[in-house]
Amino acid sequence: MAGPRYIGFKKPKNTKKTLLRLLSYLGRHKWKFCLVAALVFVSAGANLMGTYLLKPVINRFIVPGDMDGLLKAVAGMAVMYFLGAMSTLGYNLLMVKTSQQVIQEIRQDLFSHVQTLPLKYFDAHTHGELMSRFTNDVDTVQEAMNSSFAMIIQSFMMLFGTIVLMMVLSPLLSLIVVVFLILMFFFIKVSGSRSRRYFSRQQAEIGKLNGFVEEMMAGQKVEKVFNHERKDFEKFCEINENLRKEGTAALSFSGMMVPTIVSLSYLNYAVSACVGGIFTLTGLLDLGSLAAYLVYVRQSAMPLNQLTQQVNFLLAALSGAERIFEMMEEKPEIDEGKITLCNVREEGGQLLECREETGRFAWKIPENTREGFRFVPLLGDVRFHDVVFGYTPKKNVLNGISLYAEPGQKIAFVGSTGAGKTTIVNLINRFYEIRSGSITYDGIDVRDIKKDDLRRSLSMVIQDTHLFTGTIADNIRYGRLDASDEEVREAARIANADSFIRRLPDGYDTMLYSDGSSLSQGQRQLLAIARAAVARPPVLILDEATSSIDTRTERLIEKGMDAIMEGRTVFVIAHRLSTVRNSHAIMVLEQGRIIERGSHEELLRQKGRYYQLYTGQYELE
Amino acid sequence: MLLRLFSYMGKYRKFACLAIFCITAESIFELLVPFIMADLIDIGVAGGDRAYIYSKGLQMVVCAILALILGAGSARFSALAGQGLGAELRKAQYERLQYYSFSNIDHFRVSSLVTRLTSDVTNIQNTVAAGMRPFCRGPVMLVMATAAAFTMNRELAVVFLVALPVLAVLLFLIILRVRPLYSKMQGAVDTVNRIVQENLTAIRVVKAYVREGYEIHKFEEGNQNLRKQSETAFCLASLNMPSMQFVMYGTILALIWFGGELILQGRMQVGELTGFLSYVLQLLNSLMMISNVFLMMTRSLASGARILEVIDEKIDITDEDARDIQVQHGAVTFEHVWFKYKADAKEYVLSDISFHIRPGETIGILGQTGSAKSTLVQLIPRLYDATKGVVKIDGIPVREYPIEHLRDAIAVVLQKNTLFSGSLIDNLRWGKEDASMEEIEEACRIACVDEFIGRLSDGYNTEMGQGGVNVSGGQKQRLCIARAVLKKPKVLILDDSTSAVDTATEGKIRKALKEKLPDMTKIIIAQRISSVRGADRIILLDDGRVSDIGTHEELLGRSRIYQEIYESQKEGVDL
Repeated sequence: MAGPRYIGFKKPKNTKKTLLRLLSYLGRHKWKFCLVAALVFVSAGANLMGTYLLKPVINRFIVPGDMDGLLKAVAGMAVMYFLGAMSTLGYNLLMVKTSQQVIQEIRQDLFSHVQTLPLKYFDAHTHGELMSRFTNDVDTVQEAMNSSFAMIIQSFMMLFGTIVLMMVLSPLLSLIVVVFLILMFFFIKVSGSRSRRYFSRQQAEIGKLNGFVEEMMAGQKVEKVFNHERKDFEKFCEINENLRKEGTAALSFSGMMVPTIVSLSYLNYAVSACVGGIFTLTGLLDLGSLAAYLVYVRQSAMPLNQLTQQVNFLLAALSGAERIFEMMEEKPEIDEGKITLCNVREEGGQLLECREETGRFAWKIPENTREGFRFVPLLGDVRFHDVVFGYTPKKNVLNGISLYAEPGQKIAFVGSTGAGKTTIVNLINRFYEIRSGSITYDGIDVRDIKKDDLRRSLSMVIQDTHLFTGTIADNIRYGRLDASDEEVREAARIANADSFIRRLPDGYDTMLYSDGSSLSQGQRQLLAIARAAVARPPVLILDEATSSIDTRTERLIEKGMDAIMEGRTVFVIAHRLSTVRNSHAIMVLEQGRIIERGSHEELLRQKGRYYQLYTGQYELE
Repeated sequence: MLLRLFSYMGKYRKFACLAIFCITAESIFELLVPFIMADLIDIGVAGGDRAYIYSKGLQMVVCAILALILGAGSARFSALAGQGLGAELRKAQYERLQYYSFSNIDHFRVSSLVTRLTSDVTNIQNTVAAGMRPFCRGPVMLVMATAAAFTMNRELAVVFLVALPVLAVLLFLIILRVRPLYSKMQGAVDTVNRIVQENLTAIRVVKAYVREGYEIHKFEEGNQNLRKQSETAFCLASLNMPSMQFVMYGTILALIWFGGELILQGRMQVGELTGFLSYVLQLLNSLMMISNVFLMMTRSLASGARILEVIDEKIDITDEDARDIQVQHGAVTFEHVWFKYKADAKEYVLSDISFHIRPGETIGILGQTGSAKSTLVQLIPRLYDATKGVVKIDGIPVREYPIEHLRDAIAVVLQKNTLFSGSLIDNLRWGKEDASMEEIEEACRIACVDEFIGRLSDGYNTEMGQGGVNVSGGQKQRLCIARAVLKKPKVLILDDSTSAVDTATEGKIRKALKEKLPDMTKIIIAQRISSVRGADRIILLDDGRVSDIGTHEELLGRSRIYQEIYESQKEGVDL
């Protein structure tokens, strides 16, 4: 089982740290855990007492035939048992509640943390693998919490109790037990850390499987179209088989611990009996005490056994917890900006912050003046100064790009696929961090602006539309959560989505599932545009937002959008030159550089790349 | 149902038998040790026989070693059996999933299917791993202790006859109630999973709209609900232990009381009572173990039911009517085809579609957003089945082709296309597994992939991120076309798959397709008239109906809709 294959495999990182972190979660409920411990104490005490009281009860009342005494004794025991059983009930319920609460907190913290992670992280991990941390890994922790905590306290108490009783009977013989106990603990520690490794690998395999299944399910149509079912099935079988092997290894190894402990306790028993026998023969001990002592030795094996069994759950839980905390330790997006965005109104040539929506926005810059801040009106002036960026350190996607977008203009990016258009807009809202150079927004470095406010100032319709489970109205309202029904409808009208929505069986209340799979690609884009329209942003970015929409509908949308974006900056990315034709400025990108800039007419006059692109279309017509 | 689940154990069944054997043998050794011990004290120590003490001590050491071996065996075998069963169940589910049609998948939703494949299977695995021991030992102990108790004292054993049914009823009540709760709990797990999954896929939208807080709140609701569901389920299940204790303690008290009376009446010995009590304790303990196993089983039954649901789902697109034939030429015919996605939907998505496409012809499909263009072409490789009417290829209904051959002969480049994690070349090889480098390069030339492949960091070996995030939309589309061309299909369907490709490149691709693959039937869905202008004929769809069919010139001459589309794209083109 422990073949050379496993040697040198990475040790689980920092068991202690994981454990401490887990304990800190438990720490928030320490009073509840104390109560549980107390109840366990009562329950185990009642159980033990009951067994020990049997003999005296029989000897004192039954043998002399004292029925009244017996009745009293039985009544007393009944009260004690009742208390014991009630405490069992109490700690069980309390434990379930507390552990569920802890699990809920862990899950919530994990989710909240994931929200702060940079996009780079999501690009590098499959969704299913990340999902697995929420399910499989959290499950292992839950499993352990549910059953282990109370058990462990109980076992420790029993163990401690019997050892004390043994000490009283024969301190010398107890030494043997103590030696064996130390041996056993040592064994548990060594093999425990070893099987931790197996459990970690098992959890990693589950994550892989989850990732594979999720990805395949999402790409199901492609899979079918390419008849790839069998091939994928083979790959699945491979991962599945790996998981089985790792799981079997983890369980066999950890499963070994219980029988080993049992055997050790038999050995302990045998040695104690032999040595005890010799003691008795030499007169160091009387026969009765030996018999009683041996009973305790046997009894001490039980809680040890239970303890070892719980160790398995704990080990699995630790591996799960480690993966959870590992994710929680991922560095969140850098957000050091202090400048915020606020609604303003103008009063006597002065900008004043206000709560109500004025349709005017300003950047609030902290300063060492009397007010403590000054306002810079949001205009939508975006400038790139010599920006260098790459998704991987190896390859730059943008090579020293410099550009400017004037306020209130419609700025278009065109260029062949992969020229870096989407990348540019992803840098404006800081989805990714630039390598060198700087980006300014109304003269302010975007890194100085609080990320949330920066993004709030830009509404973005991205290439791949994503819809959420919920009604159509909910999905549009995602752009602005407090939008009224009328506003939602108005946005849908602007996006030209109103007519198709009204023809759906439940209109705006039609439920969408699975990323809106019941809608056509074009319809989904219409909804995404409606979502942006309802947000009423100061700056709008349309990244291939109308690529699946027919040109007739696109024209209508354009008119509507132009109306609401009057005087505001709009960035448009499109391949279809008809989409960008009426922009104020068109930038032509090629291989991460801007090669041309100007209006449609200017660019045509230049007879450069834009002209070629344009006439390319013309020629083909 | 339990039997059905276990029937999936297959080749791992022998391990299960071995595990049961080891466990039983182990418990026998466990029973043996006290006897040896008794001899050691009664004969060895009492008789002062050192040699005897040592020999018995040695016997116990041997027992310990044997128990170790058996224990190791039982651990190993039950791990093999449990994990094996889990693996087989996952495999069975996944295998079945391969045949699912889209309506089958929609029925479960992706996130739920993922849960069923992982966390539900884990539940069953856990039950097998942890339940095997008590499940085997419990009954052995139960039978032995009951037999011993009855032989000792019949009258007193009557107390059992009261206690056992009470226990059984309590357990039954708990299980009955807890079962639906477990199912509900797994449902709540599904919801939480769904929220996580959606959040991860749409993370760009979430971040762009600064909706992290909103998402966290949404998750909190699901999370809260999951907590409540598991709390109720686990709380009810945890009643098991105290109720067992109540019965157990009650039994002990009753025994002391009645036993005391019996002793007074001289019908029982004191020693008998203590012996009896110790057996009773053992018996009740084993009952407790068994009841725990039952509870675990209830939980895995809820999971098992969900797994079997996946396996038993009726698949609606099958090879039932298939004959052993292959697509020869690639002529496509629609005969009065009607289609709707759900049987109970009111309106048809496609209404009365009829047309014929000759082999090698290039057909353009044009229509407004939502006019069911994509739906139409997806009927050809049977991604969906027509509700009414027939789709034929080479004059034979598509239902009569084996699905595998059919889909081999028809390549679809989907509108919403997916690249998978893995290297670029792995993704291309989806089209043809054993494609040679020349074939791949040829396909890449046709799809104009060769233009940008040199700019990627590792060329053909560039790793694709999740969903291909590291290539642009247009590059992705070109890769998808190359992947489809590599299949050398009889019919190639491009579903708006050049929307993100610039016009010049698109023209090159079209030209290459025409020149290099002249015999292939090409169906092109597009938004731009320029994309379909060179087609032999253009099908104009309007709201799920064929509005007109003809060449560019014909349509321009007679179709008002076509003219409108043309105008909207032509504007500004005239310089």
